[in-house]
Amino acid sequence: MDLTWDEFIVTGDPFILAGQISILFTTVAIIFVLTYFKKWKWLWNEWITSVDHKRIGILYIIAALLMMFRAGVDALMMRTQLAAPNMPFLDAQHYNEIFTTHGTIMILFMAMPFLIGLMNVAVPLQIGARDVAFPFLNNLSFWTFFMGAMLFNVSFVIGGAPDASWSAYMPLASNDLSPGPGQNFYLLGIQISGIGTLATGINLIVTILKMRTKGMKLMRMPMFTWTSLITSLIIIGAFPILTVALAMQTFDRLWGTAFFTLQDGGMPMMWANLFWLWGHPEVYIVILPVFGIFSEIISAFSRKRLFGYTTMVIAVALISGLSFLVWVHHFFTMGAGATVNSFFSVTTMLIAVPTGIKIFNWLSTLYKGRIRFSVPMIWALGFIPNFTIGGVTGVMLAMAAADYQYHNTYFLVSHFHYVLIAGTVFGCFAGFIYWYPKMFGHKLNERIGRWVFWIFMIGFNICFFPQYFLGLDGMPRRIYTYFPEDGWFSLNFLSTVGAFMMGFAFVILIYSVYYSYRYEKRETTGDPWGVGRTLEWATASAVPPHYNFARLPEVESQDAFWEMKQKGVDPNDIDEYHEIHMPNNSGNPFIMSSFMFVAGFGLVFHWWTIAIIGTIGIFACMIQRSFSRDDGHHIPAEEVRETEEKIKEGHMNGY
Amino acid sequence: MNNNETLSQKERHFPWKHVVGFLTSIVLTLVALWIAFFSAFSVRTIVILIFSLAFVQAGLQLLMFMHMAESGSGRIQVGHILFSAFVAIIIALGSYWVMEFGIHLDHHM
Repeated sequence: MDLTWDEFIVTGDPFILAGQISILFTTVAIIFVLTYFKKWKWLWNEWITSVDHKRIGILYIIAALLMMFRAGVDALMMRTQLAAPNMPFLDAQHYNEIFTTHGTIMILFMAMPFLIGLMNVAVPLQIGARDVAFPFLNNLSFWTFFMGAMLFNVSFVIGGAPDASWSAYMPLASNDLSPGPGQNFYLLGIQISGIGTLATGINLIVTILKMRTKGMKLMRMPMFTWTSLITSLIIIGAFPILTVALAMQTFDRLWGTAFFTLQDGGMPMMWANLFWLWGHPEVYIVILPVFGIFSEIISAFSRKRLFGYTTMVIAVALISGLSFLVWVHHFFTMGAGATVNSFFSVTTMLIAVPTGIKIFNWLSTLYKGRIRFSVPMIWALGFIPNFTIGGVTGVMLAMAAADYQYHNTYFLVSHFHYVLIAGTVFGCFAGFIYWYPKMFGHKLNERIGRWVFWIFMIGFNICFFPQYFLGLDGMPRRIYTYFPEDGWFSLNFLSTVGAFMMGFAFVILIYSVYYSYRYEKRETTGDPWGVGRTLEWATASAVPPHYNFARLPEVESQDAFWEMKQKGVDPNDIDEYHEIHMPNNSGNPFIMSSFMFVAGFGLVFHWWTIAIIGTIGIFACMIQRSFSRDDGHHIPAEEVRETEEKIKEGHMNGY
Repeated sequence: MNNNETLSQKERHFPWKHVVGFLTSIVLTLVALWIAFFSAFSVRTIVILIFSLAFVQAGLQLLMFMHMAESGSGRIQVGHILFSAFVAIIIALGSYWVMEFGIHLDHHM
């Protein structure tokens, strides 16, 4: 690709210039702080190369919060542009770029990493394991995700952002209609981070199936572990479709093949078909773990066993099967005919059955429970009604005939924000707050937490509820402006106010992280909420030592830790310590992923030399890993004893 | 330990399972061969028959030779294979069914 310098670096837009300057300053500031406080070695040894599942989980969550900030700013810019008719804030091209990056980042680089982060933190602890099955792979998963996400994110300052929406329909995303490197960033960024997701799926399945502690039968597993297992199965089923589809579109764009082109016998609609064959299971990938999180929280803070555990498991399994049978409802209007549309209409409505079962199970768990309204619990209670509104409008959209009216209107936009925010985002926040003491050794401030919940929840409804009516009034999605005669002004303005409330709540949430770090009391027990039912609360200290359990707990029933507490058994009352076998840290994944970034960057601009250098680097890292012998290390029993005694005296907490 | 014992115990018996699997595979292959070269079915029928025989044989080999259902995690293995088959069939047949209307468009011919 022949580019001049002013094409390589995006110029001419004041917002992007501001972005470039702030990126530059932030980078300089981070480098300065790390150098001044001599933290480079610490960063490398303790975090970048760490294979500890809890630390990798924290890295995932930090990255997800960063991405939530970035895509959230995108959302606020969109809402500002739409606040009034004929707004001169953004031009059409810039608006297209922003809704593309907002969607892609929120789904792939915010929701998924946030949930994978929480799984990383909680799942090994919940099943009573010391780490995941493949710790090296876990670190590699994080770094491939991170490098892919960064490759996607630099696009708006270098080369230009993709502008064909997150679904990147062909032929719009082809070279003819989307020239330049933007769409290539989308293809390669997602491709690279997809490697990490797939690896995480494999890792979690093996971990959950093979590394459960003694007595932890499948039907005794905590619900979050169950949903993580089934989510991982969906990942393994669905992500290869995305990998192949992305590779085919990459070939179309870089090497002139004709899989999805208009000319030479290509089938543009096959892209839509393959994209949603992955895309629909994907939305269950980001919602099922959330169901697990809420099941844990509702059961814990109602201080009751989860109602209908078995039906819950069956419902999740059914949803995972059905998730592969509904993808056509994303393009009912493509013209596949009445038989096809009716079939997918029915399968889509069927989804409401297992989901409804789960809603009633949660309500029944609450019934006659001794409910404690802690912050995670109010998120869970906010989730149930808000998510149900999203679900019911989903059933409305599922009717193929009616969908011809709703298709591509704000009604749809509102529907999927009601399920993705009231479901996924509420769940991420709830899980984040619930397991926060597990990660950092202190809770998030309760008073600020309540403010965050109410401002976010009310802002969310003010933002998206009017959009149902905008949709019914005929406002299409993905338009950058409208006229006063359209009559969409008041509802749009209201919606924008709500969006800024959500943005404000996010800022307070981040502030509460800082505030709580300064002022919250440090937890001294492994069960800071006092209502823990599952094994992650059975550790000796709030933040478990890096080997998690000095002695692996034994499980006799569901809700193992609750049973222990009822019987007065202390799982950390240990007479004799044994040595513990743990995996070694490795710098290889970070370097390998960096080469992936280099290779991807080369491909984006058709700079073959750089792409080849990057690829050689990737293979060199793989070879290095294959030929190195790494059996991990043993922590001597004496060291375990010392650590445990320090914990009991309260000397160890937090990172 | 336990697994090793059961394995060596099994090895003492005549490997009926393998013999049956081997013979059935040969028979299935010969039948497929006969259908392809000597039968008078229409091409469509032949293709359907050969494919069905191939799938039967694949399943047979997974069970008889790959010991899919035998280890401690046998049920899980079978579950994974069935789930993968389910997904693969959905992707292939589903895409064909959904996209059929596009395949017969004139510009494609």
